[in-house]
Amino acid sequence: MTTQAITELATTEPKKIKGSPKWGDLILRIVAGLVLLYLFLPIFVIILFSFNNPQGKFNYSWQGFTLNNWAHPFKYPALTDALKLSLNVAAVSTAFALVLGTLVAVALVRQRFRGMTAVDTFLILPLTAPEVVMGAALLTLFLDLSWAAGYTTILIAHIAFEISFIAMTVRARMRGFDWTLEDASMDLGASPTRTFFKVTLPLIIPGIVAAGMLSFALSLDDFIITYFVSGSTVTYPLYVNAAVKAAVPPQINVLATAILLISLIMLAVGTLYRRKRIEG
Amino acid sequence: MAGAAASNRQRSKIAPYLMILPALVYLGIFFVVPFYSLARTSLSSSGGSVYLPTLTFNWDFGNYAAALSHYQDQIIRTFTYALVATVLCVLLAFPLAYVIAFKAGRYKNLILGLVILPFFVTFLIRTIAWKTILADDGWVVSALGAVGLLPSEGRLLSTSWAVIGGLTYNWIIFMILPLYVSLEKIDPRLIEASKDLYSSNRRSFTKVILPLSMPGVLAGSLLVFIPASGDFINADYLGSTQTTMIGNVIQKQFLVVKDYPAAAALSMVLMAIILVGVLLYTRALGTEDLV
Repeated sequence: MTTQAITELATTEPKKIKGSPKWGDLILRIVAGLVLLYLFLPIFVIILFSFNNPQGKFNYSWQGFTLNNWAHPFKYPALTDALKLSLNVAAVSTAFALVLGTLVAVALVRQRFRGMTAVDTFLILPLTAPEVVMGAALLTLFLDLSWAAGYTTILIAHIAFEISFIAMTVRARMRGFDWTLEDASMDLGASPTRTFFKVTLPLIIPGIVAAGMLSFALSLDDFIITYFVSGSTVTYPLYVNAAVKAAVPPQINVLATAILLISLIMLAVGTLYRRKRIEG
Repeated sequence: MAGAAASNRQRSKIAPYLMILPALVYLGIFFVVPFYSLARTSLSSSGGSVYLPTLTFNWDFGNYAAALSHYQDQIIRTFTYALVATVLCVLLAFPLAYVIAFKAGRYKNLILGLVILPFFVTFLIRTIAWKTILADDGWVVSALGAVGLLPSEGRLLSTSWAVIGGLTYNWIIFMILPLYVSLEKIDPRLIEASKDLYSSNRRSFTKVILPLSMPGVLAGSLLVFIPASGDFINADYLGSTQTTMIGNVIQKQFLVVKDYPAAAALSMVLMAIILVGVLLYTRALGTEDLV
């Protein structure tokens, strides 16, 4: 070990060691770029195939360019209905989970109470169970209770996995805030209610919005848990899964691309808004 | 005045419990109780017909013996796939996270946004896209075939590699983000210090950067390995009957065959193996930095 260090000391120029060699840096950047490209490869395919003109039932191989799919994005009512249902489930479940999750997060950050660590650990548990097991467990509960699977059971399941995500996200965003502002507001004679609406809420709103968006996205995308508790109700991912077995219309790609574009616009608007607020 | 203050304090003592109560009750009913139902079902015997199955709880441990012996192949395959996918995620995510954390400069947020963007498309549709990319007549297969890198089956779709590739792709984001967070936290002065002390680039990487990025690797591995070992979509879309995983069996037994006790026993086995694995893994790498 020591001899190695000495030989290294003796044989190499300090200056050369300090600056990283250019080619190593270049290779690193190229590899990172390739990984980024790998992440986007399926996305390019999805966008490209939204312009495909498939001959058979499946939109898997390139047949020719058409704008037809984009002209008739809602050609398949079942697909549109499934998407509407998913948006509905995502919105309603997120609204419920936001209330429950935010209350826990605020309690964990702002209060000291007995059993805090236990609550903390308990909240992580739903995030560690594989989805297939959580779906299976919920299904056995609904079977035991003889509840018919459908819209309500989907909502119940989505709220159950969203609460932890929301509590964790809101809590992470709330750490490190200057909470003496609350005391200052109280010292200046504001009532606790006024303090909550004028000081606390504005401070935690960005965290709640971020958590809500995450929860909405998770709900919209959830397939495995929903598959177990849906009965004959069809959400957007369930429609896509059924399509893989029967027929994949290019409208699936059109709507996926549209959702991607909408998310991109929302992301850009959010970033610009935040930048403006910081500058202004 | 004093009375008001006292009642205020009194209220704040129960306030946190009132705030956590709704969520805890909800998770108690719809997260804890379901696991009780699952455990109970796994120890029941099924009777009746496929259309009207009846379950009798009688401590039937035979379901576990049957699950372990019937689905041994799937169990081994599942954890092998999940492990290989996790390792591939570390190898692919590390250079990208490293470049974002140390080399991206003012493009850091842009690249982070780009990394997250593909995951706005539904998981299932992304996996369908891989079906197209890996198709027998696709350019990937012909390119790999030209350089002689094709697996022995002569194709990619329906092979183990396609399934592992799909698992890697679908959860790599959960490796990139924690890795980036832990790399970002590293004080650049530590790297400079190691170089001032005549450490080579490789040595400052193995002695400074790598150890300090371990919390990210640990968190990322759990976030990839757990969902990957419970997945059945990748094996279903990209694999064949030779690549089925535990998730496929659980799904089929629950929703198609409706052999609830067998499926419940298999779910419990999956959960138990994951729990033991996670405990050993966190014990080996240390958990202090995880939370």
